[in-house]
Amino acid sequence: MSENTQPYAELGLTDAEYEKILAVLGRRPTDAELALYSVMWSEHCSYKSSKVYLRQFAEQAPPSDALLAGIGHNAGVVDIGQGYAVTFKIESHNHPSYVEPHQGAATGVGGIVRDILAMGARPVAVLDALRFGPASAPDTRRVLPGVVGGISFYGNCLGLPNIGGELDFDPCYAGNPLVNALCVGVMRHDDLQVAAAHGPGNKVILFGSSTGPDGVGGASVLASASFAAAGSAGKRPSVQVGDPFLEKLLVECCLELYAAGLVVGIQDLGAAGVACATTELAAAGTGGMRVELDAVPLRDSSLGPPEILMSESQERMMAVVEPGQVGRFLDVCARWDVRAAVIGEVTDTGRLVMTWRGQVVVDIPPGSAADGPVYHRPAERGADSDALAAADPAALPRPADGAALRADLLALIGSPGLADKSWVTEQYDRYVRGDTVLAMPDDAGLVRVDEQTGLGIALATDGNGRYCRLDPYQGTQLALSEAYRNVAATGARPLAVTNCLNFGSPEDPAVMWQFAEAVRGLADGCAALGVPVTGGNVSFYNQTGTAAIHPTPVIGVLGVHDDVRRRLGTGFADGASLMVLGRTAAEFGGSAWAHVVHDHLGGRPPAPHLADERRLAALLAAAAAAGLLAAAHDLSDGGLAVALAESCLRGQVGCRVRLPGDAFTWLFSESAARAVVAVRAGAESAFGQLCMTHDVPAQAIGTAGGDSLAVEGCFTIPLAELAAAHTATLPALFG
Amino acid sequence: MRIGVITFPGSLDDRDAARAVRLAGAEPVRLWHADRDLRGVDAVILPGGFSYGDYLRCGAIARFAPVMGELVPAARSGLPVLGICNGFQILCEAHLLPGALTRNAGLRFVTRDLRLRVENTRTAWTHHYQPGQEITVPLKSGEGAYAADPATLAALEAAGQVVIRYASGNPNGSAADIAGVCNAAGNVVGLMPHPEHAVDPLTGPSADGLNLFTSVVAAVAAT
Repeated sequence: MSENTQPYAELGLTDAEYEKILAVLGRRPTDAELALYSVMWSEHCSYKSSKVYLRQFAEQAPPSDALLAGIGHNAGVVDIGQGYAVTFKIESHNHPSYVEPHQGAATGVGGIVRDILAMGARPVAVLDALRFGPASAPDTRRVLPGVVGGISFYGNCLGLPNIGGELDFDPCYAGNPLVNALCVGVMRHDDLQVAAAHGPGNKVILFGSSTGPDGVGGASVLASASFAAAGSAGKRPSVQVGDPFLEKLLVECCLELYAAGLVVGIQDLGAAGVACATTELAAAGTGGMRVELDAVPLRDSSLGPPEILMSESQERMMAVVEPGQVGRFLDVCARWDVRAAVIGEVTDTGRLVMTWRGQVVVDIPPGSAADGPVYHRPAERGADSDALAAADPAALPRPADGAALRADLLALIGSPGLADKSWVTEQYDRYVRGDTVLAMPDDAGLVRVDEQTGLGIALATDGNGRYCRLDPYQGTQLALSEAYRNVAATGARPLAVTNCLNFGSPEDPAVMWQFAEAVRGLADGCAALGVPVTGGNVSFYNQTGTAAIHPTPVIGVLGVHDDVRRRLGTGFADGASLMVLGRTAAEFGGSAWAHVVHDHLGGRPPAPHLADERRLAALLAAAAAAGLLAAAHDLSDGGLAVALAESCLRGQVGCRVRLPGDAFTWLFSESAARAVVAVRAGAESAFGQLCMTHDVPAQAIGTAGGDSLAVEGCFTIPLAELAAAHTATLPALFG
Repeated sequence: MRIGVITFPGSLDDRDAARAVRLAGAEPVRLWHADRDLRGVDAVILPGGFSYGDYLRCGAIARFAPVMGELVPAARSGLPVLGICNGFQILCEAHLLPGALTRNAGLRFVTRDLRLRVENTRTAWTHHYQPGQEITVPLKSGEGAYAADPATLAALEAAGQVVIRYASGNPNGSAADIAGVCNAAGNVVGLMPHPEHAVDPLTGPSADGLNLFTSVVAAVAAT
């Protein structure tokens, strides 16, 4: 490198991006400015490859009275009635979790919780969606226990119930595990906070943890390049280290500051740390800010301006405070043992100016860093798409008799992706705060918001990489449909959507095509279901060398439950009549059966039926409100067979069913827009009437009772055998 | 009837304990770790959580909080005190209860609904149960294995100070399946499972935990 060349390439900036910085500033950037632009213009922070597609969410958003704040804020805010608002968002921490599973996953939880806190809400629950390589792979035994332990360590100590999520395995995630964390918070309507630095003369306060060298460049290096490229020693990034105790204090401290009216604007510090918080607050506010970097409390005095700006030290927030309120602000922080420092003030100069040891080290228009470049990357359907679609699972040998069907069911419920998840969920506190009504393994988490009225919120996350690999447009709609259906299965009304879009490298046209199709599918799906996207996150570069993960959009759906006392769980009740709602067709492309029994992926995924999903959801809400049902369970991975097994085990009661057609199709097809329900004895005709009113096909299949799962003419499996097959897998793998 | 719930930095289940107090018919009173003041309450609960992040050792820092300077002598004088989970750990660290809580045998955090057997129904906090009654209450802890030297364990058994035992398998390696103990006078009780999470079948596995709170309300009313 010549003496005159700045290390922009090492920081992840392209030649063109560096030229653009020169043009914006009209001079060479300082080291600090270069660091700032490199993190702000990283894929992770700038969404430069995805922005042109993500616009569809806003442009196609269905009309919704419920939306109080939408995309562009830290998280969307949804009105759930009775003066309450809810904010929720899902975010990835995939790359750090592979490098250092425990801390990577822990700080993923911490980061999304601060996003929710910054909106003005009290965080009330978390969910996590996880994907790993093959369950039996040695590296999975390193990564999975570390990730689960990290989520447990951070979430439990923070006092947030973990109410749901997903766990699945596939070779495509070896080397690229997915760790997506969702947080939901509750507030009163007028508690909403803004992430903007308004009012010249107002003070800028950095509070929470001190700033150290951890995570410097995490966003630009780790989350914005694939691992093969990041392997050189010079680019070795460090993963942040979490302190959930401090985050708990920060949560209580912020809520007390909000309640006292001491905050004009607030922003959490996540990726790109101080660089991101100052530029975004300034760009969204009056437009200028003066910052003294010497005032930033450091835990390592050797840090210079670039490191201070790029540090991703955890548990930090930045607030804008009126000068007259600074004393009270600092008093509240002191009460919670939270360190706080005034580091600057809002100006009307239109410039973000930072000084360090008497020198100006940053002087930029903040909007230039906050907006970032926009790329229209080439997108092209993958060369293997046709061959994949042609590999129809219809050609696979099917179970020939009852014994073979029985064996396939046991294989499915014992496969790592469908096995009992207690090994994981027992490590999470689901009880703290005392409002958890439903949690794993029910279809969705359900949290009570108001003890008097019974108002509550339901949340589910779903994603299916196999479906999306076969067809990202339909696959994404199926993930949306499943999360929507899971929320509906509790009796809640789905209201809004968040998404975490996990993909390979955007520099690969086939990946970019998958991404474009997934976003289009989600935007169209949300419009059809009448639920807006309120926010989300994109994670690219989930790939090792040229091998990308399956496209894996994870979709979170939030619903409102009018009275959680009328919630529906998945466990069957003795004597209830069992009915399958919806239409069953022979759809096996990307199915759990093809995957587990034949290690096969090909053909077409099931067809989404969005209008049917809406009717099914309306029916379930009405039936729950009328008290007609004892249980409801959505049909998805593994079809009716797996759903029956799960509902029997959950309710600790058997069932006897008679299938009205081809047993294999009825048991293992994964047709969308279906659920199995347990109708209370005596409510059959009222429920049948309700199904007709809502135009949902309903097929009676049998009754819950006894101590085995019996399919007439096919097989009988004692509950004890079913339970053994379901529960043995994960403990055998992970200890 | 006023029952205090102490909030230490990192306390998490304080709001749940307060709700249980309310459901038992008493008024919950928030007590702050930094205040040397029990505000004249009739009984005190140390709730679950991770006081001071469980740094150093669970409960080791909380025992030095100013409020403990008031609580310890009051407890020795007969004030009913209940420690749940982290509260139990703090009471052991403060030497109001014998023994210590150590890392779970499996080295993992365990959340599980458990069958418990109430062994001693003569304490201020358990007299609303029947001797030997089995109840279902959640456990959720990473350092819940009760440990004490053999002489202490023998003395606890002899004096009936083992208040609650795990009744269907030992989830964490606790000595003698011990889930909760009391002091010699029976006014101070500590247990690892969370009765405050079992006060309403809507949000817990049962309402079996409520009797701990109604017990103390009745005990205080009788004095």
